[in-house]
Amino acid sequence: MSVVSPVIERGTVASRIAGVGVAMIIVLLAVAPQFLSAGVVDRMTALFIYVILAAMWNALAGFGGLVSVGQQVFFGLGAYFAIRLANAGLNPFVSLFVSAVIVGVVSWPISLFMLRLKNGEFAIGMWVIAALTHLLVNLDRLIQGETGTSLISLNVYDASTRRVTIYWLALASMTALLAILFGLLRGSTGAAIRAIRDNEDAAASVGVRVTGTKRLLFVLAAFGIGVAGALWLATAITFQPKTYFSVQWTAYMIFMVLVGGIGTFEGAILGALLFFLIETWFGGTGVWYLIGLGATALVFSLFLPRGLWGTLEEHFGWRLLPVGYRVRLPARAANMADETASPAQTRPHREKA
Amino acid sequence: MSNQIVQGILLGGYYALIACGLSFMFSVMRIINLAHGSLAVLSAFALWLLASRFHISPFLGLVIVLPLMAVIGWALQRFLLERSARGGALLPILTTFGLAIVIDNVLFEQFGADTRSLAPYIGSLSYDSWEWPGSIYVGKLAVIIFITAVVLLGGLQLFLTRTGIGRSIRATSEDPDTAGLVGVDARRAMAIAAAIAMVTVGLAGAFLGMRATFDPYAGATQLLFAFEAAVIGGAGSVWGTLIGGIVLALAQTLGAQVHPQGFLIGGHVAFLIVLFIRLYTSGLGLRGLLRLSTGKTS
Amino acid sequence: MSLLSVEDLVVRHGLLQAVRGVSFSVERGETLALVGANGAGKTTLLRAIAGAHQAASGRVLFNGADLSGVPSHSRVRNGIALVPEGRKLFVQMTVEENLLLGKTAGRPGEWSVEKVLDAFPNLKPRRHAKAGHLSGGEQQATAIGRALMSNPDLLLLDEVSLGLSPLVVDRVYASLQGLISSGTTIILVEQDLNRALSVSNKVICMLEGRVALAGDSRSMSREEVTKAYFGLHRKSATGVPA
Repeated sequence: MSVVSPVIERGTVASRIAGVGVAMIIVLLAVAPQFLSAGVVDRMTALFIYVILAAMWNALAGFGGLVSVGQQVFFGLGAYFAIRLANAGLNPFVSLFVSAVIVGVVSWPISLFMLRLKNGEFAIGMWVIAALTHLLVNLDRLIQGETGTSLISLNVYDASTRRVTIYWLALASMTALLAILFGLLRGSTGAAIRAIRDNEDAAASVGVRVTGTKRLLFVLAAFGIGVAGALWLATAITFQPKTYFSVQWTAYMIFMVLVGGIGTFEGAILGALLFFLIETWFGGTGVWYLIGLGATALVFSLFLPRGLWGTLEEHFGWRLLPVGYRVRLPARAANMADETASPAQTRPHREKA
Repeated sequence: MSNQIVQGILLGGYYALIACGLSFMFSVMRIINLAHGSLAVLSAFALWLLASRFHISPFLGLVIVLPLMAVIGWALQRFLLERSARGGALLPILTTFGLAIVIDNVLFEQFGADTRSLAPYIGSLSYDSWEWPGSIYVGKLAVIIFITAVVLLGGLQLFLTRTGIGRSIRATSEDPDTAGLVGVDARRAMAIAAAIAMVTVGLAGAFLGMRATFDPYAGATQLLFAFEAAVIGGAGSVWGTLIGGIVLALAQTLGAQVHPQGFLIGGHVAFLIVLFIRLYTSGLGLRGLLRLSTGKTS
Repeated sequence: MSLLSVEDLVVRHGLLQAVRGVSFSVERGETLALVGANGAGKTTLLRAIAGAHQAASGRVLFNGADLSGVPSHSRVRNGIALVPEGRKLFVQMTVEENLLLGKTAGRPGEWSVEKVLDAFPNLKPRRHAKAGHLSGGEQQATAIGRALMSNPDLLLLDEVSLGLSPLVVDRVYASLQGLISSGTTIILVEQDLNRALSVSNKVICMLEGRVALAGDSRSMSREEVTKAYFGLHRKSATGVPA
């Protein structure tokens, strides 16, 4: 019996097309403000922020296996540090970025501690951290408790310059963060992540740095969410701790990722898009909108835990932005083998939500 | 000062009450119910509705609400948690979180943002107190809550160690698969455990309403308190929860002395300190901070 | 009507087919020894009979009733009790509590905590000790006692000698002998061929999920069983000697 060697590939025709498509979309988005009204530009900025939030929460939960119900702490801190830096005299736009870096740095010692917790305990533990941080931020005289303050220094710029600059910053941040994540997943970290997801002990036994990998994701997610918080501050200008440290943000992140597809790269983006649309159409209906979000998340967790993209990926083997490998057996071998030729066999994104 | 300490200890009774359901569910089902606090608030609102609309005293209202909570617990386990748990350890977190959002906002939709209280419906009990030597004023309600907590925890302990169903629940919490092989219906045991947990939650919600105020979004805070008290108390026995509640309450009371905003901060900080000590001194294999070890101590 | 009848049972263990079309029957009062190398499918087969593992296809008939879809705790009520591989005691609970759990199914019968302690006297002083603190032999006795407490018609024993010293195994088997003489129907999985053949009246040897050899223990020679054990005479799947 002659040996027919299988072909191992990363991309498919579909993914190559998608790659080109993504580049084109980014270029389009960059020049878009010329043609769009102010209101639409603002909404698009919000969309970019949502994508960041979804991608980061997914990185933590879907890839790192760390479900946190307290990520709003980094969102709030991103805004808080930006306010503080701007108040100290730093250019407001620079403050945004530096603030996010500080958030990333601050998250490192938190991770040393919190990553020792598991599952539900980690989830609520982060919520406690968020609650405590909220209370501590309230103590800052500059913030004046729940009254809050504003990023006044932004008012130096006129409204349209401000709007477009923030739009570009948001677009750039989103692209950069997604690119970093994509790169991580395609590299050895990605393999480590998948190994940890399948079996943590086995991964550790072959030398995968389990805690180190989780820490990397934790800090990256903190940084990304900090960027999002800072950007949100830039769009909203005002900072009220209650808004930024609200667990509502985690609810949004969970919704986006659960509906989009936990553990899939494309899923987070899809989820953010859907959330954006739903918010645009239904956000005004007040409480029913929130009930709907919660109920949808609930229903998805029970009946469609892999989310929309995850389920589609499983059924049709779609992969637009490939982060794994595929084994393609040449036709002869495919006839001889039993069930080995299906692309489903080499799914990089396995069960564990 | 001694007045504060006594208040703190009594408050700890309330925390123990709301924490024990959370710990119990985690021990048996390995699920941390993020809707725990919201369900307590639900119970409070139900009692408020009975009191304000139908003039049924909250204590009498419990006769209606507690069985209702038991049914909710049973249904929660059977239709939601059982299914969710099959998807792994992380999915129930998402499911219960979604549930919490739904409950909170449905309550908001029904009752609006106003804070409510059950105090007006329990007569003078909400502010009556005894005077102890040393001019310490001890609220009657606070004492009732504390005693209820102790009785409930003791009852739970007896139930788990002395009854057949209690044994079945303990077996299920240790090893559901083997429990089945021995003749224990694990699914039924878990549903019963959930019902029991929800009864304690219902009771806690009632006391929350009586001793303080509540609003539709108060669930989150109660969940955090329950979690912190449970973790501080640690795995050990059912009584650990009582100790955890008392420590949390004392830390909060102490924090309030230090700074006007210090009440909540004190509690969170105490929680983190205990967590820190626990994590760094217990070494490897931390098998869950909330596990209620319910066997007889050797 | 046989007490137990297994027909073309197929059981999967994850993606692996652990039991591939096994058929046999056990009459009331018989002792069947199930032997085979590690991974042959013996434990999976026992667990499938006890209801802890769902069968992919085939049937298990107990007293003529089809047990398909019946969960394990119900099968205990029907009269099947499994002593699992590795004992699987509830280590946080005492010996007495473990035994009392066996009564959950509520089947009437003679077995009680006292009777079990009489049958396994080495447990008497350990009655209130936590199961996790027992020695291997004591744990095995408790596990068997726990199964007996449900007054089973069919007792399934999975590798009771595992991890025990020969002396202790002797003692365990001595107690088993009492059970066997009193007429309890038993299926036991045993690595030790000698013991298996000496204590049983029927033997089935499994290999890679299939029955490689089945027959009367007394009339079968050790060589035949050994060959089947290692698959040395693989011609047809079920080589039942005439």
